[in-house]
Amino acid sequence: MTTASARKGGLLGQKQTKMLMDLLVYVVLSVVGVIFIMPFAWMVANSFKDIRGIYTYPPTFIPEVWRFENYTEAWTLTHFDLGFLNSAIVAAAVVLGQLFTASLAGYAFARLRFPGRDKIFLLYISLMMVPFTVLLIPLYVQMRAFGWVSTLQAVIIPFLFTPWGTFMMRQFMVTIPRELEDAARIDGCGFFRTYWLIILPLTKPALATLAIFTFVNTWNSFQWPLIVLGKPKVKTLPLLLASFQNQSGMRTPWHLIMAAATFIVIPVLIAFVVGQKYYVRGIVTSGIKGGG
Amino acid sequence: MAAEFARSGGLQSRKRGPIEDFKRAFTGLRRDETIAGYLFLAPNFIGFIIFMLFPICFAFYIMLTDWSLANDPQFIGLKNFQTMVNDRLFWKSLGNSFYYTFVAVPTGIFIAFWLALALNRKMRGIIFFRTVYFLPQITLTVAAATIWRWIYQPEIGMINHMLELVGIDGPKWIHDTKWAMPSVIIMSNWQGIGFAMLILLAGLQGIPEEYYEAASIDGASGWQRMRYVTLPMLSPAIFFVVVTSLIGAFQSFDQFYVLTEGGPAHATTPLTLYIFQSAFSFFKMGYGAALAAVLFVIILIITIIQWQLAQRWVFGFEADE
Repeated sequence: MTTASARKGGLLGQKQTKMLMDLLVYVVLSVVGVIFIMPFAWMVANSFKDIRGIYTYPPTFIPEVWRFENYTEAWTLTHFDLGFLNSAIVAAAVVLGQLFTASLAGYAFARLRFPGRDKIFLLYISLMMVPFTVLLIPLYVQMRAFGWVSTLQAVIIPFLFTPWGTFMMRQFMVTIPRELEDAARIDGCGFFRTYWLIILPLTKPALATLAIFTFVNTWNSFQWPLIVLGKPKVKTLPLLLASFQNQSGMRTPWHLIMAAATFIVIPVLIAFVVGQKYYVRGIVTSGIKGGG
Repeated sequence: MAAEFARSGGLQSRKRGPIEDFKRAFTGLRRDETIAGYLFLAPNFIGFIIFMLFPICFAFYIMLTDWSLANDPQFIGLKNFQTMVNDRLFWKSLGNSFYYTFVAVPTGIFIAFWLALALNRKMRGIIFFRTVYFLPQITLTVAAATIWRWIYQPEIGMINHMLELVGIDGPKWIHDTKWAMPSVIIMSNWQGIGFAMLILLAGLQGIPEEYYEAASIDGASGWQRMRYVTLPMLSPAIFFVVVTSLIGAFQSFDQFYVLTEGGPAHATTPLTLYIFQSAFSFFKMGYGAALAAVLFVIILIITIIQWQLAQRWVFGFEADE
């Protein structure tokens, strides 16, 4: 087999083989691409249908009747405006909080010398692998004791710090040349001012990575909010979307559900397209780090 | 003995007692730095203790109790674990977790590997494909599962319609005990493949071009280059993806909750969902915590195996360079 294919390559000439291969790869990539896009396209297409269009068989891709009201209807029916607000507050607070605590601690771990530093760092790394599932029950009990159940604090405050993000910050800051800070320190800059004026601007790529990761994770987060946010008033978008399909009467209003899914997915897609570079880098660097 | 001596006397200038160290850190020039260090760490560390370290310790206590939250916890020792042994649903959910993990992860990585190879070619528009394959990854699982739940509908769903076009009578997917788990696996792989693909792609891009050139000069065929250059050079990336995916798969929850709700007949109830139901549907906190401990042990074992293997591998890698 191998020798046969090698000989064939020789007969056709290298250039032709490459072109043929390229063509083949394009075809395969496109087919797979269609499979990946299809569910999204299906979602958007059906978000414009009416209930009759949803239940017609065989289904058509393009709606026969375009129903733009689906969006306003889905929006008001489930109080998505409140959900949006809740989700936005939570995501913003968690992102800003994590950026602050992780970069401060990362700086301390990377640069400042104080007793116990390396032991604490080791503790951080070793607890990074504890699955969140283990924390669900004790953390819920804790939230109850604090009186935080069904408040936004419960999904914000426990997530204002991040071992993973701290680790990433530290690894990034270690690579920043020391001379820059030394110069600032000699000029009489305090530790906080050095961190704020010298280190933070140089850490922008890592900060961007952490921000996008945290935003996507928080925006998409489901399990913990499901447990701790019972009251409708505090529900975030994923919770609303999930409960929307369970209140099905006779026929599930798939056209409304698809409209709701569409406008929940869009902010994340925008965040991804804008920050793709940083997101991809985040995955790749945490990959190279060998996973703690 | 010799080592002891070296430590106490021989390296006197470097080695000091911890208390002395501590005192030194608070005197002279070092004082400001020490204080700054603790202050910088404080917000993070306080959160870490209250919301991570404490709950972990607390979990060890909860799993030894009978506690419905309505009354005070009753200490019952290891009874929860005894209950578990005879709990049919526990074994079922454990089996489901393994079924899901050990089918979804290998198939996903296999597909991701070929996609990464294709994306590693120098061609126009490759970034477009990369973005497309990655889109499901950042879509929230709840929305993805919602879309798929509908795609899987036996009567009006897209998949069965397409199968019908080619003359196949499709199964009932998420409503069939046999097909429910494969349905979840297909959806999860559609969503999760972007991650594996990206890491493998980064690994591929890290392989020096010269290795392939050298192999070609030696007359290596395409398959041989794959076998003797690509796979060995990519093994750390593959290994990392396998381990992260295994750990992630054991913790999957959202797709089970939304797509199948664990059914039909518990066919898709993994350990995570069973933990959730025990604690927050039946209010058996102690039992839920005990189940979570089992999950923790599984993940711990995977992590330990990873550490062992990774050390060997990292070493081999250094020797190579």
